[in-house]
Amino acid sequence: MFRAVFQLSSAGARCLVRSKPSISAPLASRCYSHGLVETDEEFDARWVTYFSKPDIDAWELRKGMNTLIGYDLVPEAKIVDSALRACRRLNDLASAIRILEAVKDKAGPHKEIYPYLIQELQPTLSELGISTPEQLGMDKL
Amino acid sequence: MLRLTAGRVGSLVARRATVALTTSSARMASHGHEVSEAVDMSKPMYWDRREIPLPDKRYKDILTPADKSLKEKEKGPWGQLSNEEKLALYRFSFCQTYPEMNQSSSEWKTVVAGVLYCIGLTGLVIIWQTAYVSPPAPRTFDAEWQAKQVKRMLDMRVSPIEGFAAQWDYEKGQWK
Repeated sequence: MFRAVFQLSSAGARCLVRSKPSISAPLASRCYSHGLVETDEEFDARWVTYFSKPDIDAWELRKGMNTLIGYDLVPEAKIVDSALRACRRLNDLASAIRILEAVKDKAGPHKEIYPYLIQELQPTLSELGISTPEQLGMDKL
Repeated sequence: MLRLTAGRVGSLVARRATVALTTSSARMASHGHEVSEAVDMSKPMYWDRREIPLPDKRYKDILTPADKSLKEKEKGPWGQLSNEEKLALYRFSFCQTYPEMNQSSSEWKTVVAGVLYCIGLTGLVIIWQTAYVSPPAPRTFDAEWQAKQVKRMLDMRVSPIEGFAAQWDYEKGQWK
């Protein structure tokens, strides 16, 4: 969901400024180049599956998180949720808190995203006993 | 084996890789007075970067027995950890929090001040040079010579359409 808002891909921009179609029949509006088109749901599902691997190891967690943070989007709550559960399986509380910080940082100037995410994640946070950076006083300098 | 002093690491990479607390980095035996620690770049390094939330290695390598027991406690339910313990666990793995990482510094003021200072110094040097180093100006720069030069240019009708002589009103004998 957040991807659609914040992803200023060339495909998205081109789709917005599409000229008037000459045929009124519904076209397969392919604004993209030859690349594979993945919906937001497929993207989310892929990442949730990645982090849900029962025997995920620390390297895979790090690699996954670093890659995810590299994308131009704020991950959905369900992806962060499965990442936090992966941290639990790895007995790594520090990484769990770091993930929350990273996600807040990804939101950038859009200050309303992080509180929403925390609200969505609250059941998981309570279940796993993860404190948010705010609760630990880490968001202040 | 790739070994660089921490100072040279800083010049090579944009952000300084925090030299993690390790006992393994050997001091350069050849330079007895060399204080900076050698960073072994062939091993995973620790970075505080916004875009790499989970660096390749933990920040603190050497754990005291107290730290190790806390790590054991981490394997149990996290709800049982106090806030201080959670913070301690965070600080084992990471050097700076995101706000600490992202904080701006006042370095730019020093940089601007330095630049202006150097420009000012250069200005002073140039003033001194014009006073003591440069030879006297040629006679073609005298006001009298310049006036005669202008008169000659006007007599020659230099650029009479749109340029120099075009600005002179020949009837009234003055600039337009």
